[in-house]
Amino acid sequence: MHAPGPQPKKRLLRLRLNGRWREDAVAERELLVDYLREVARLTGVKIGCDGGECGACTVLVDGEAVPSCITLAVRCEGRNVETIEGLAKQGRLSRLQRAFHEKLGTQCGFCTPGMIMAAEALLRRYPKPSESEIRAALSGNLCRCTGYVKIIESVQAAAGQPHDR
Amino acid sequence: MTADPITDSRVSRRGVPLIDGLEKVSGGARYTADLDHADALVGRILRSPVSHGEIIRVDVSKARALEGVFAVVTGDDCPFTYGVLPVAMNEYPMARERVRYRGEPIAAVAAIDAETAERAISLIEIELHRLPAYYTSEEARAPGSTLLHDNKPGNLEREVHHEFGDWQQGLATADLVREAKISCAELNHAQIEPHACLVDYDPIAERLTVQSVSQVGYYLHLMLARCLEMDSSRIRVVKPFIGGGFGARVEVLNFEIITAILARAAAGKVLMRLSREETFLTHRARPQTDMALRLGMRRDGKITACTCEVVQRGGAYAGYGIVTILYAGALLQGLYDIPAIKYDGYRVYTNLPPCGAMRGHGAVDTRHAFECLLDRMARDLGLDPFAVRRANLLHAPTRTLNDLMVNSYGLAECLDHVERASGWRDRIGKLPAGKGLGIACSHYVSGAAKPIHWTGEPHAVVNVRLDFDGGITALTGAADIGQGSSTMVAIAVAETLGVSLDRVRVIAADSAVTPKDNGAYSSRITFMVGNAAIDAAKKLKAILVDAAAGKLEAHPDDIEVIGEVFRIDSGQQASLPFAEVVKAALADRGAITVSGTFTCPPESQGGRHKGGAVGSTMGFSYAAQVVEVSIDDTTGTVTVDKVWTALDCGHAINPLAVEGQIQGSVWMGMGQALCEETRYLDGLPAHASLLEYRMPTIAESPPIEVHIVESHDPYGPFGAKEASEGALAGFPPAMVNAIANAIDIDLDELPVTPDRVMEALVQRRRQARLAKTLKATS
Repeated sequence: MHAPGPQPKKRLLRLRLNGRWREDAVAERELLVDYLREVARLTGVKIGCDGGECGACTVLVDGEAVPSCITLAVRCEGRNVETIEGLAKQGRLSRLQRAFHEKLGTQCGFCTPGMIMAAEALLRRYPKPSESEIRAALSGNLCRCTGYVKIIESVQAAAGQPHDR
Repeated sequence: MTADPITDSRVSRRGVPLIDGLEKVSGGARYTADLDHADALVGRILRSPVSHGEIIRVDVSKARALEGVFAVVTGDDCPFTYGVLPVAMNEYPMARERVRYRGEPIAAVAAIDAETAERAISLIEIELHRLPAYYTSEEARAPGSTLLHDNKPGNLEREVHHEFGDWQQGLATADLVREAKISCAELNHAQIEPHACLVDYDPIAERLTVQSVSQVGYYLHLMLARCLEMDSSRIRVVKPFIGGGFGARVEVLNFEIITAILARAAAGKVLMRLSREETFLTHRARPQTDMALRLGMRRDGKITACTCEVVQRGGAYAGYGIVTILYAGALLQGLYDIPAIKYDGYRVYTNLPPCGAMRGHGAVDTRHAFECLLDRMARDLGLDPFAVRRANLLHAPTRTLNDLMVNSYGLAECLDHVERASGWRDRIGKLPAGKGLGIACSHYVSGAAKPIHWTGEPHAVVNVRLDFDGGITALTGAADIGQGSSTMVAIAVAETLGVSLDRVRVIAADSAVTPKDNGAYSSRITFMVGNAAIDAAKKLKAILVDAAAGKLEAHPDDIEVIGEVFRIDSGQQASLPFAEVVKAALADRGAITVSGTFTCPPESQGGRHKGGAVGSTMGFSYAAQVVEVSIDDTTGTVTVDKVWTALDCGHAINPLAVEGQIQGSVWMGMGQALCEETRYLDGLPAHASLLEYRMPTIAESPPIEVHIVESHDPYGPFGAKEASEGALAGFPPAMVNAIANAIDIDLDELPVTPDRVMEALVQRRRQARLAKTLKATS
């Protein structure tokens, strides 16, 4: 639904979203997170704060972890955007998704999609990260349930590394 | 009533992932803001710009006239108060006559979209007459202060004065009496999901459907019926996935009722999503607390008496305040054997957002003060911190001075575990400069034995269904908020029936379908709902065994269930697979629903003194932890290097989840100890974002090693007790004790921010210089 009166200026946005190209008319000022949640209905992308504080909205843009709540949708023109919904392939969860499930890297689950996407970006770049690399890569993603212990274990398990505790 | 030990366990010894975990990792889990709201109006709230004032005028005419606005509501639309305790419901969903804190809701709109709603909010005109406002307990209590609530002289919500045993005699016979004045900052739960609520009002059927973030759908249901004057049978409260709670959502919150009022006024559907700032303003967390604690101790470390004065800065409304101030005193007991206790508690009204329940409700700050003072006195007497704690252990079963039941007690084992695991004996006193080790203990209730809404009903009811498909469905009103309670119910049912976990489905917290539950608070679900689930599963099992016996022409007592096979016990070959047994059981009666219950007996419900029910429980969890810290004496920064925690949860129904809960609670204690603090400037929150409210990130979070101790509680489900709150309160004192061990400075304030450490270090250097100068000149 929309406000009465003149509408904000819109542009045609063409991007590759979870492997499929699509086109939508979006307002120039529309945030990527709102586009993903309200237009594409990818509600795995979460909003946990008032802008750039918590990392729950993290998605991949051309493989890079990006907070979608402080990114304009139109900045993704022609780019490759991936959300948590795109990680499972042919009905199989990704290694990170499996590890977060099996190792209890998720409790309430609200930070989980952003956390997994940030970890995904890390593992694509560094398949065998050290614990401090994991900590650095996830330091923009807040979790209030786990104390992060099992999150680190989940990422290590996904990377096929033994836990060093 | 005794717990059944698990003999042939399928899942319990290794633990299982959450039954709703796949939805969480796949992105499919729908939280309130994710629900379909394509046709919903957008709700927004107008909040008070002043901390205390009389409302002279609220003019909504311009907002109402704006195109795209469907409803504008104010305090005039709801003349009913809401709250927790029937005696202390002093809060309106939207202020009437007076506002008492900056950010208190005054009016609300529902409009076609967010821009229109925000524009409408800006068109509401308000005129307020400012009144004096108080931001500290001291100011609010000062003689002559303007009263926030006319019936509460001195701005005291509640005073508590409890005396047990002869404390004067106890202090007189002590070898050492020492006092500490300790204060802890106000906190916030900061669950990652901001508050949200989706309400659908059907004007034709006059029915209200509410989906919200509540931990206690039942309270929400009651308060909606009260505030909207609706028959409660026309209301349905459904819990979507919930992104954490920690107590934030135990009370009914103003925005939930406001959204319902808006939906009815707009005759439709309204989605209210609070910003992070508004989520902070809604508050209801741990209050700022000042404590004066005094202990008497014998030379051997035995405590002879304890006196404790607690002042809590409660904020503007009652909420859970009375319970919090009672908990602070009641849970001085139940951890150690203390022969005499005097407790004086004061809950103060101030012009700040209302405080409420937060993980470790009421017990955390007093436990912090107690464990810090215990260490200081051990040092004075030349005793080891472990020895002083071991000198004061309880012996279960017992009852405390305030008549709380202690039925199982694994604290001694917890101490042994963390002492060994941390290498305490080899390392204490031998660490490099700037490093230290500290220990502390803590405990918490496994569910309040007397619920706040005392109706005489069982404390928990679980229904279990079985139908032609062979699927077993457990129906519970208990809200899984991420702690894994639905998984616990599934395990309890599967274990009792002897079926595979996959066969059990849990439907939780939908008032149209599930039996009422008192909710996710006071760590009650595992103990109470777990017992009710076992009870229901036993009843279903009896039906299945009867059916199998009939089919196998045997006596029910001779039927043995192994895996999903029912067979005759005596070694004969005759057996039936589960599907056959279900068919036989359904043949006569059709679909089966059985109901299981659990009730805490009167003797578990605390003492007869006023407020005696608070703190009462069927089983306490016990925890000990050792914290290792490093201190940078050039910046004052404290780094937590490692934590060793042992917790007695009776029996770990799901060890994986128990570990996760313990780690999470210890870490939350670390946030309180190190960096978390709300700050207000003239009542304006200066902390209302996740950057300014500083909680630890993954970068500064330590490894937390968990040792599970199983004391097998006689009444817990399979012997289990709670696991998610007990360890929290031990962290702050263990850390402060570790700092004292490292740099020989006792800190009296939480959080231990670098500036506080620096100030203490600088002061000590100054004193040392002064002493040197004095010595030189004398």
